Amino acid sequence: MVTAAATFGRSGSHDFILLRASAIVICLYALFMAGFFISTPDVTYEVWSGLFANIWMKVATMLVLTAVLIHGWIGIWQVLTDYVKAAGLRAFIQLVFSVGLIAVWLTGLFVLWGV
Amino acid sequence: MKKERPVNLDLSTIKFPAAAKASILHRISGVVMLVSLVFLIWAFAVSLSGPEGFAQIENLMTSFIAKFIGWGILTALGFHLIIGLRHLVMDMGYWEELDSGRTSAVISIVLSILLSVLVGVWLW
Repeated sequence: MVTAAATFGRSGSHDFILLRASAIVICLYALFMAGFFISTPDVTYEVWSGLFANIWMKVATMLVLTAVLIHGWIGIWQVLTDYVKAAGLRAFIQLVFSVGLIAVWLTGLFVLWGV
Repeated sequence: MKKERPVNLDLSTIKFPAAAKASILHRISGVVMLVSLVFLIWAFAVSLSGPEGFAQIENLMTSFIAKFIGWGILTALGFHLIIGLRHLVMDMGYWEELDSGRTSAVISIVLSILLSVLVGVWLW
């Protein structure tokens, strides 16, 4: 019987690894962005769009958005399963966050496509 | 079962241990950032839509409210990241004892607060 239909991975162990792997990706990206803002006192449009025009930055950003999708999905699942006991309400809130995360991922993709 | 068990309902004497504070801060900061994604991806899209869009976000970020929201999001990120790193160390089997767990929780929270202050100084 399927007892964990709202998880991201195939099982709890899978979610456990995905959560940590995605956390490391997000951490590295956050450190890079912090370094960028600290080392670039005057961020102009040219600098900003130039950064994201780089193919490596596009890949890194899509990787981090994928990591955010996975990490956010599993994270909100962990919080919801602890605090929201009504299954219907929990499923609805999970749906809102999951669809929202996919929408964020797609927005990032199309924005980067045009830079 | 013993009927006269000690009952403490005096909330002023009940305190979260440091590890519980770290845990709940990790959860709150995570949910805060998840909700803030709506603003972040919007600002990201507008800032890369062209020079006008970039100027719009640049102009927006001079206002106190926008800076305060930005500071809140970065503070949440700092708490989540530092306490999350503590979680990764705990996955390796360290800081799981009462003393080390408590110390690492206190240090993570103190570091997060310091980082939050630094981010505030940088923003303003």
